[in-house]
Amino acid sequence: MISAHLPALQVVIPLLAAPACVVVRQSTLTWLLALLVSWISFAIALTLLVQTFFNGPMSYELGGWAAPLGIEYAVDVVNAFVLVIVSGVSSVVLISAKESIERETHIKRTHLVYTGWLLCLTGLLGITITGDVFNVFVFLEIASLSSYLLVSLGPDRRALTAAFQYLVMGTIGATFILIGVGLLYMMTGTLNMADLAQRIPGVAQTTTVRAGFAFLVLGISLKAAVFPLHYWLPNAYTFAPSAVTAFMAGSATKVSIYLLLRFFFDIFSETFSLRTMRLDLILLILGVIAIFSMSLVAIYQSNVKRMLAYSSVAQVGYMVIGISLATTTGLTAGIVHLFNHALMKCALFLALGCIVFRLNSVDLKDLAGVGRRMPWTMAAFVIGGLSLIGVPATVGFISKWYLVLAALERDWWWLAFMVVASSLLAVIYIWRVVETAYFKTGPVANTEEAPLILLVPTWVLIVANIYFGVSAVDTISFATRAADQLLSTF
Amino acid sequence: MTISAFPPGALLILGAMLLPFGGPRTRTALMLGLPLATLWVVWNLPDGASATIAVFNYELILVRSDALGRLFAIIFSLMAFAGFLFALRQRSTLELVAAMTYAGGAVGVALAGDFVTLFVFWEIMALASSTIVFSAGGRQSTKVAMRYFQVHMAGGALLLSGILVHVTAGGSITFDSVDTNTLGGALILAGVLLNAAAPPVSAWLPDAYPEASYSGMVFLSAFTTKAAVYALIRGFPGTEILIWIGLFMIFYGIIYALLENDMRRILAYSIVNQVGFMVVGVGIGTEMALNGAAAHAFAHIIYKALLLMSAGAVLYQTGKRKCTDLGGLFQSMPVTTVCGIIGALSISSFPWTSGFVSKSMINDAAGHEHLAFTWFLLMAASAGVFLHAGIKFPWFVFFQKDSGLRSPDPPWNMRFAMIFFAALCIGLGIWPQPLYMLLPFPVAYEPYTAAHVVNMLQLLMFSGLAFFLMLPLMRRTLTITLDVDWIYRRLAPIIVRRCAAITLELNARARHTMLQIHSEVAKLTRNWYGENSKLGGVQTVGSTIAIALFVFAIILLWDLFTA
Repeated sequence: MISAHLPALQVVIPLLAAPACVVVRQSTLTWLLALLVSWISFAIALTLLVQTFFNGPMSYELGGWAAPLGIEYAVDVVNAFVLVIVSGVSSVVLISAKESIERETHIKRTHLVYTGWLLCLTGLLGITITGDVFNVFVFLEIASLSSYLLVSLGPDRRALTAAFQYLVMGTIGATFILIGVGLLYMMTGTLNMADLAQRIPGVAQTTTVRAGFAFLVLGISLKAAVFPLHYWLPNAYTFAPSAVTAFMAGSATKVSIYLLLRFFFDIFSETFSLRTMRLDLILLILGVIAIFSMSLVAIYQSNVKRMLAYSSVAQVGYMVIGISLATTTGLTAGIVHLFNHALMKCALFLALGCIVFRLNSVDLKDLAGVGRRMPWTMAAFVIGGLSLIGVPATVGFISKWYLVLAALERDWWWLAFMVVASSLLAVIYIWRVVETAYFKTGPVANTEEAPLILLVPTWVLIVANIYFGVSAVDTISFATRAADQLLSTF
Repeated sequence: MTISAFPPGALLILGAMLLPFGGPRTRTALMLGLPLATLWVVWNLPDGASATIAVFNYELILVRSDALGRLFAIIFSLMAFAGFLFALRQRSTLELVAAMTYAGGAVGVALAGDFVTLFVFWEIMALASSTIVFSAGGRQSTKVAMRYFQVHMAGGALLLSGILVHVTAGGSITFDSVDTNTLGGALILAGVLLNAAAPPVSAWLPDAYPEASYSGMVFLSAFTTKAAVYALIRGFPGTEILIWIGLFMIFYGIIYALLENDMRRILAYSIVNQVGFMVVGVGIGTEMALNGAAAHAFAHIIYKALLLMSAGAVLYQTGKRKCTDLGGLFQSMPVTTVCGIIGALSISSFPWTSGFVSKSMINDAAGHEHLAFTWFLLMAASAGVFLHAGIKFPWFVFFQKDSGLRSPDPPWNMRFAMIFFAALCIGLGIWPQPLYMLLPFPVAYEPYTAAHVVNMLQLLMFSGLAFFLMLPLMRRTLTITLDVDWIYRRLAPIIVRRCAAITLELNARARHTMLQIHSEVAKLTRNWYGENSKLGGVQTVGSTIAIALFVFAIILLWDLFTA
């Protein structure tokens, strides 16, 4: 029965397809292969989500070795939801990637992009699906190494320094996670997540476990670009090829946030992480600083891609705030924002990809007047921007609504106010782009609209932004279920 | 899914999306057909909630039909029809699309059964109406549209936060009367009042509306403020503070309109003034007063649109908008003149016009409740309305001196639209029963008693007399100054002038200080968050590692030494 092996296939198919890309080399063929594999992964992820939602969690023993010793893949609603996000983002972005990447990367290296892409996808899906903490580290390294490669393939030479900085910070993050995992292993003698969750309470008061906890907090926060550990992100996003930026924005930080949830709510229990260690306080403070300072920084950026990158750091702030509230509504807000932010940022970066394709620049000053020449692209950008701001009938509104509700549930008026106030900052930086694109005139007279193959995926995501903004019942019910599950702990 | 399960407002909003794509004929058909179709759907709506959907954990009632909501939905769709008839020749597609969306939003608000639906349509209206102002073109209107948009976004934020507070505090999501003693209720009231142009933020209305195109302002005058009046009637009947707010609006409108020179700005101020009457009605809160407020909103939409159509026709034909540049147009624009006068008589609630049958209900409601002071002020204000809108507008635009302009009457569609609304003004004035039957509460009211009529005629006659006696004084409104001394002459002219001077001085200083603070703050934020700052700039690998280690040190210490 193939359906019994779906959890393994989820990871194995892209893993095997990646070296095949190197063998094939031919640009279009590698793209087709990557596209096919990504869509298969997406289909598997959707199947897994439906199965776990109706039949409860599934466990898969890799190679037939039983759980505490062998590697276990454990799929529940939480990670099935993230699997869908990651593979879905990859699939939609890949459609437009061909044109965009051929324009931005040397033709001899395009197959490397797809190889890196598939490896990165493997790593991200692996981190998400596995039930073994050492396996998390392995996949984390696969995902990280391939994303350094992806960033370094950007069109600008500055991509190399950006990739280097990303490499240094990413390695520090991964090492910290490894040390944390090692310390836990020392005290419990197991690497299986479910096993760890059972054994940690017995040794929770030891300094070793507490130090391990600290290492994990820093490592994961670095990977998730939680303020002020975000410095690798703006450069990496700015100088990577447009399609890669869209892919990473919709997947990489999301998976790290998932890790944060998994480690601090499941492996360490919510009581230990939040009540005893007061991680919620740290996250809340950092989150609130992030949503304001990073939005303000975004306002002053002259490069639109960079502006959106900073906005991503701010958005991570919203997720972290939701998580720090540690109520069902708060976690729901955080988790649903994972999905919603993937939709909006991915759409926005794809729209920027269209602009890069025609203008070879995303400097704000070069965008003057582009609204008339590229109406569909800019319309997509505007709707994506509205979603980022949180206008009703877009997904952004759903996220903000739940976050505000969660804050009000705890009677934290000031927090609700801050969330709303900070989204006004998003109005400012989006408006700067809109104003330049529509109300200023510039030398873009002979620019044409971007080709359909770039526009269609962009608009698919835009429509999704509105669709899931209007009928949020499904996403909310998944997120609520995931939140409930995390809070009950296993 | 039956026809009643589809919100009628969405018919207009979705139809608006089609407008840019049709040829001229299709467009005309859509512009006239869609409002009529909406009117038909609204008219046939069964009572009670229909079209409910579940969003989040709430049951949203997209359409709830009762007498009050239906009254407003009917007049909104009727208004849309006449407005589009008037605007048939408008070349700006953007304005037409926005106007239709705007009308759809208004119909949606009138039929919204819960706060979320209300808010969504409310915001659609804000966005669409800003677009109407914006679409007039030119630098001025862009700026004004931005200002207008910001004000309404702030209002929307108030409303939304009010709704959130109201719902989380255990209030019902259904849109019914709200307790203003709770924080949620107060915030909702503030958000609604902002759209009603209540003090202290009345200025957005006369600031923005006159910058719209000749047809744009006709639409603008009808929907935003009246939707707010509807929300007040529904949510806050009998809230006493509304009486005082309304009275303030009435006199604010009169005084500023008397000082104004731009014909459409005069009419904009008189919107504030007329909405003031309705707000007073809601504040009194008896069945008769609420009936009066609703009826007055109904009548007001018609005659104010009529007045603005005639002003718009003048603007369209002559391109001039200042009273001082106009005059003597009655010779060449007879239809516009007659329609303008009918509108002017209606707004002054002259007997046998629609204004009379509606406003006297509010006045009498004040009398019935023995609110002597309120009643007295309302009567005084009625005279003031006649001064600023009833006589001043037609006199300076159509008569006065001969300005030498000989523009003909506007094209047929604009004439028809005006005649249609003029006929409604007179018709409702003579046969008020159909309007009374639509009102939310049963009506046992007879406007045409001898005392009423005589009383009103006397009032109007004397204020008319006063206008012509003081004509030389009225003429001094050529310039826009603080020259209000003719009102205050008998009080204390010197004090007024001194106060004005001090205010101006203080204002200038405050402005200077504000600008200074503003530039300091801007400098400071740029230093902190700008592209070359520590936060927003590029960091070396070394310093990022340092930051990471620093954060780690804190977390480690924190983890080891807490609990």
